[in-house]
This record gives sequence, C-alpha cells and structure tokens, in this order.
Amino acid sequence: MSSPSLPAPPALNDLPDKTGHFGEFGGRYVPETLMGALLDLEREYLAIREDAAFHAELNGLLADYVGRPTPLYEARRLAEELGGKARIFLKREDLAHTGAHKINNTLGQALLARRLGKRRIIAETGAGQHGVAAATACALLGLECAVYMGEEDMRRQELNVFRMRLLGAEVVPVLSGSRTLKDATNEAMRVWMQTVDDTHYIIGSCVGPHPFPMMVRDFQSVIGREVRAQCLEKTGRLPDAVLACVGGGSNSLGLFAPFYDDRDVRMFGVEAEGEGILTGRHACSITTRRIGVFHGSKSYVLQNEDGQITPAHSISAGLDYPGVGPEHSFYAASGRADYLSVKDDEALAATRQLCRLEGILPALESAHALAALPRVLAQLPAGSTIIVSLSGRGDKDVYTLRGVMQEGEG
Amino acid sequence: MNRIDRMFAARRRESRAAMIFFLTAGCPDLESTEQAIDALAEAGVDLIELGIPFSDPIADGPTIQRASQVALERGTTVKAILDLVRRVRARHPDLALLLFTAYNPVFHYGEAAFVAAAAEAGADGLLIPDLPPEEAGELRRLASERELCVVFLVAPTSSSARARAICEASTGFVYYISLRGVTGARAELPADIEERLRELKTLTGKPVAVGFGISGPDQARALVPLCDGIIVGSALVRLIGEQPRPTLREDVRRFAGEMCAALAEAATAR
Repeated sequence: MSSPSLPAPPALNDLPDKTGHFGEFGGRYVPETLMGALLDLEREYLAIREDAAFHAELNGLLADYVGRPTPLYEARRLAEELGGKARIFLKREDLAHTGAHKINNTLGQALLARRLGKRRIIAETGAGQHGVAAATACALLGLECAVYMGEEDMRRQELNVFRMRLLGAEVVPVLSGSRTLKDATNEAMRVWMQTVDDTHYIIGSCVGPHPFPMMVRDFQSVIGREVRAQCLEKTGRLPDAVLACVGGGSNSLGLFAPFYDDRDVRMFGVEAEGEGILTGRHACSITTRRIGVFHGSKSYVLQNEDGQITPAHSISAGLDYPGVGPEHSFYAASGRADYLSVKDDEALAATRQLCRLEGILPALESAHALAALPRVLAQLPAGSTIIVSLSGRGDKDVYTLRGVMQEGEG
Repeated sequence: MNRIDRMFAARRRESRAAMIFFLTAGCPDLESTEQAIDALAEAGVDLIELGIPFSDPIADGPTIQRASQVALERGTTVKAILDLVRRVRARHPDLALLLFTAYNPVFHYGEAAFVAAAAEAGADGLLIPDLPPEEAGELRRLASERELCVVFLVAPTSSSARARAICEASTGFVYYISLRGVTGARAELPADIEERLRELKTLTGKPVAVGFGISGPDQARALVPLCDGIIVGSALVRLIGEQPRPTLREDVRRFAGEMCAALAEAATAR
C-alpha cells in the first residue's frame, strides 16, 4: 500500500502545545456549540496520527492518486537570469492532481471524516482551488460535499465553480459582507454549527480553531518532508533557504515545518501586498503586526482601531484573506522565519518570467514567492541552494492574466 | 451585590422567570438604541444584553448579521457604545445591563482597559460567545476585581463534563443555547430542550436563562417552568428595524410588555 519512495510521517516541531497554542497565538475561540466537535476532532486526529493503517491508506492515495512525490525541479534558466550565484529548485506542487497542493489536506481530512462517521463535508473556498480539492476527495470517497464561496469569487472564478459542480459538489453562494473568502469562511462556520452532528468542516488552510492549524500543517508537511529527502539526494545537503507565499499558510507551513529544527535553513514567507501597504489595499497581516482573534484563533489580523476586521486585497484570490495561520505569527514573532511582501504587478511580472524562462505557468499565489526571489537571494551567500514552493498551476488565472497583460504584449 | 445577581434573586423569590432582551447597539443608529432601551426599561424588562456590532459575526443568523453591518456602516464605535451605557445608567440606576460582544473588539481594546471602561460606564457584566472559559482566565480575574459578571454559554452539544465546568465558571447566570445553529427567531424549538434544561438544573444552582430562536410569548411560556430567564434577540432586532422611526419607542414597549406579561403569568420551576 504505502509507497516506499514516500518519507515516513511526522517528526515535526512540537508545536502547538496541548491547548493548541503556538506561543501566544492560536487557541480555540469559537461558540460553545462547536467546542464538542473540535474536541472530538482533536482526539480522533491525535489517534490517527499514530495509526499506521491510516497513514498507509493516505500514503497510498498520495502516491497513486495525487502523483506524489511531486518533482523537485532545478530552474537553471531562472537562476541564470537572477545572477547565477544560487541554485534554485522549484517544488512542483502544481503537478499534483487538481493542480495545487490543496489535495494533500483534503484527502487527509476526508479520510478522517469517514473515520468520524461523518458522511457530509463542507468547505470554504476563495479562488476555488481548495473547493475543487475538497470536491475531488469527496467524489473519491463517496462523501456529500457542499462548498461555500463568496458571490464575488464565484464570478471571478467561474471555471472552478463549474469544475466543483462537475465533481458532484454543491456550490453555495455567500452573499454577506464583502462576498469573498472571509465571508465564505464565516458562513461555513455558521452552517457547521447547525449540522455539526453529521458534518465535517474541511478548512483549507492552517487557520481556524485548534486542531485545524496543526492538522492542516501536518497533512501538508508531506511537501517539506519530500523536499528534505529530494534536496539531500540532489545536492548532498539541506537547502540554505525555503521560500513560499503566505495566505493562510498551508503550502508555506507544509514546506517550512519539517525544517523547523534545522536552524541553518532560513525560511522566507511572502505576503500579498496588493496595490501597496500605503494604499491600504493589501493582505499583509504579518507585516502590519496587529494581533487579533479571527476565525477561531489568535494571530496577526487586518483590523481597524475598533477591532473590526478590514477587507484584504490581492490580485490572487488565494491570498486575499485578512488573517494568517497562528503558526506563521509565531514564526514571525519569534524570528524563526522572515516575511516579505510582493505587490500585484510584481507577481504578474514573475508569472511572465517563469513562463518564458522555464515554460511553467505558475498560479498567481505561487508567483508571489517567485517575485521575492531577487530580494531573498540578496540575503544569502553565493553558492546557496534555495527551494521555492510552486504551490499551484496558473491555468485558473488565465482570464485575470489576459485582462491585465493584453497591453504591451506584441 | 451585582445588579444581575440581585435581579435573579428577586425573580426567584417571586417564582418568576426573568425577561431578557438582546439588541444590537447602533442599529439603526445609537439614538434609536437608546430609545429602545428606555422603552424596554419602561416595559419592566429584567436584563438587557447590549450587542457591540462585529464585522464577522459567526454565531449570528441573518437578522443580527444585518444589524451589525448597518451599525458599523453608520460608524458605531465601542467608545460611543460605552458613552451610551453611561447615559442609560444615569437614567435607569437599577436596570441590569450587560455587554454582548465578539472577543476581538475586547482583545483589541485591551482586556484590562475594556473591563475598567465597562465597569465605569455602568455595565454589570460581559457575555462573549466566542471566548470559552479555557481562554478567559485573565478576563475572569479582571472582571471579578470590578464585580462584573462574565456569563458563559452551554450548548446542546456540550458534554456533561463541559456543561459542569461552564456552569462553575459562569457568574450572574448560565446561558443555555436552545438549538444547534446561529441566532434567529424560529417557529419551533428543538425537542431535546426540556431534557437538556432538566439535566443542566442538576448541575448548577445558578440561574439558567435560555436563548437562541425564541420569538414570541407562547414559546416563552412553554420554557418558563424549565428555567430562570428567557432571552429574546432577533425578534426584537427585527422589530427595531433598519431605519429610525417616531413610533419605535411605542412599538418596543408594546412587544416587550407582552413578553413580560406572558412571563408574569407563568410560574418558574422553583
């Protein structure tokens, strides 16, 4: 069952603590109606974490269904273009089934839901990648699936709405608030409160109340575990740095967490700066450093002087979220990782650059990490090896790209 | 003695359940909120839960979500709500009043500063639905120093062990959430409510008030034998509406009066 090429699970850092805290961040801030389900989920999850049969089944699916391990590809032309002083490797999550890393988590959680005896899955989605991954896992395992999506995002990501419906999921438009990811998350939590007895909520990122941030990170950490083994095999040593975009934090923590105790491996997270910090239209919750409690945990959050959450902005729907996972806040506050920010237009330029130099169309989310490469390389000694998480492919973004790139493209 | 404790003790002596209303501060505007509170006080309401609007209310149904949005669009701030509490307290020295809020506005204000400001304005307690007792240690300590109640909620999904711990942590009263789901008036209450309330009564001697889904006098009358207080929120918020109006005060007084009369007729469990 289990593929021999897949490294064995856990041995991550020992975060969070038993109460779900990452230092001062994290925790479980939810209405009492959900506490029972979260405590059950935590107990069951901790049990399956040690369960070889569960991992054998999950690893089997990751190998034969998702196509793992995904390649670690050395982008030589890109490295040459950026000065030729470093080796740049791309972790090709874009080649995973459904086109992004999201499937690693939805398969794990859907298997867990089946074990909990829950036949119905709900999920929130922004760009639709997590929604598609949830719908896919549910189709595979024969579970009912409802995906909550802001009406504005449904309009922007019509193709993914169609994909989810094709996979048998119900896509429910969310009409409240800004009609984007944060409102879809609110609505999914409300629906979960009403249906908690027979429904499991698959959160798509390392956010939400404990145990979600830990659980999503663990399921995504297959990324970093593979990178570790692949990098050792290709270069004979660990990388000098790892780099990923940060929305909620699922691809980035999946890459970072297995390197947490390797103090020589530097970590760089990239937030979406939208139109620029000073314009107020951005998604830089870490860079702006205001702690708050949002969607069930304590973390850095975009908010006003009265503690009201303020809308985020990014050209990339997957990074268009006013919060961030509590583990990232902890890495930022403790200095374990460094955080940068990249504007919409820089991400677009990086998208075009990767297309032309390497023949790879990255998701706009992943392009934020690529756009930060020159600044990150400037902080590393010559001869360094850096891993960039290419978290998803950009097919979903072609309409957005066409809209903004038409001018000046001969 | 805190006004909330005093009020429940008095109702208990009279074998009556307390009539409790929730309303969102600042919807349709703060003047209307103040008029509505005056009307509730005149109708003989026992306790008011004054809601601080929040941008992302995950425990609320459409009625209160909408009210929060209206209040925020009209610029309602925590400071303006505390000023309103101060004015209300000056006019109604005996009215029990608590602040009902999501945790983030409190956290952002600073727990110590918020507790001090709430106490100085004349609030009697805090009810923070997304702050479970496990995360509330510091707030409980600060509140008890200022003699503010901190009310915690028990849900139909709470295990007996959790319900017991919540009852122990809660001061003033225990809030029983009648149903699985969000706030909002419902035509029918869940079938297990009677059994759950009886069980809760064996776990605590503190007053137990029931909220979520209660919309009218008939539902209130049916619940009175099982509890010490009835909480109505969305039905009042809907009545108050989204636009200020000259008849607001009279409308609220009539509705609250009917509810209070229904409770006065029905005897409580004790």
